[in-house]
Amino acid sequence: MTIGIEHYVVVSSILFVLGVLGIFLNRKNVIVILMAIELILLAVNINLVAFSAFLHDLTGQVFAMFVLTVAAGEAAIGLAILVTYFRDRGTIAVDDVNRMKG
Amino acid sequence: MVTVIAFYLFATLTIVAGAFTILARNPVHSVLWLIVAFFNAAGLMVLLGAEFIAMLLVIVYVGAVAVLFLFVVMMLDIDFAELRAGFIKNFPLGLLLAGVLLAEITLGLGAVGAGGIALGTADGTAPMVAGQSNIEAIGMLLYSKYLFLFEAAGIILLVAMVGAIVLTHRKRTGVRSQNVARQNARRPDEATINMSPEVGKGVEL
Repeated sequence: MTIGIEHYVVVSSILFVLGVLGIFLNRKNVIVILMAIELILLAVNINLVAFSAFLHDLTGQVFAMFVLTVAAGEAAIGLAILVTYFRDRGTIAVDDVNRMKG
Repeated sequence: MVTVIAFYLFATLTIVAGAFTILARNPVHSVLWLIVAFFNAAGLMVLLGAEFIAMLLVIVYVGAVAVLFLFVVMMLDIDFAELRAGFIKNFPLGLLLAGVLLAEITLGLGAVGAGGIALGTADGTAPMVAGQSNIEAIGMLLYSKYLFLFEAAGIILLVAMVGAIVLTHRKRTGVRSQNVARQNARRPDEATINMSPEVGKGVEL
C-alpha cells in the first residue's frame, strides 16, 4: 500500500471544508474567522506541495512559499485592524461593523 | 510501511486539530489547536520531501503567526461567551454548505479518478534535480527564475509591517516622558528663581 496524490488531496479538501465551516460557525468572532482563513490557506499549501512533489516540479513549492508570505501579511494586518477596532468599540462582534456604512 | 503509518498519523492529527480549532469554546484553545494542525501539516510536507516548506510552516506559522494570534486573544478583554451566541443557529446552514463543498470536491476527485480529465505532466520548467537537496533546489530557483517575485514578496511583508504599525500606533497623552533636548537647554538663570515669600504662606512652584 502506497500513499498517492489522492490521499493528500483528500486531506487538503477536508481541511479546506473545515475552514469554510469555521467561518460559518463563528460568524461573530473575528479572531476565529481569521484562524479559519489560515486553515484554508494551509489546505491550499498542502495541495500545492503535494502536486509539486508528485509531478517533480518545484514551482508548486515556490508558490506555496508566496502563499505563506501573503498569509502572514494578512494575519498581521487583520489583527492590527482588530486591535484598533476593539480600542474604538470595546467589542469585536462582526455584526456591529456595518456602522461603517455611510 | 512506516511512511503509510506516518501519513495517517499526521493526516488524522491535522484534521482533528483543524476541527477543534473551529469548535473550541475558548479562542486560546483554538490557537493552540491551530498550532497542532500546523505542526502536523509540516510533518505531511516532510513526508512529501518538501523540507523547506515544512520548516517555513514551523518557523513562520507556529513561531510568528500563531504567537501573534495568542497575543491578540490574550490582550483584548472580550466576553467570548457572547460571541458564541449564533453558534447553534448557524450550525445547520454551515454544515449544509460544508457538505455541498465536500461533495463537489469528491465529485472532482472522482472525475479525475475516472480518467476523463488528463492531469497532465509537469512541463519541466523547474524539475527536481537528483542529488540536490530540497532547500538547495528551491534556493537556486528562488534566486534566479523567481528573483523579482521573491523581491515582491519581501515588499508585501514590508508593507504589511508598516501598515500594522501605522494602524496600531497611537500617541499617548498624559505620559511624562523625558525630553532630553529641553533638559540640555535649561540654563541656571531660568531654572532658579529668587523668591521672598510672606510669612505663613506657601511657595508656589
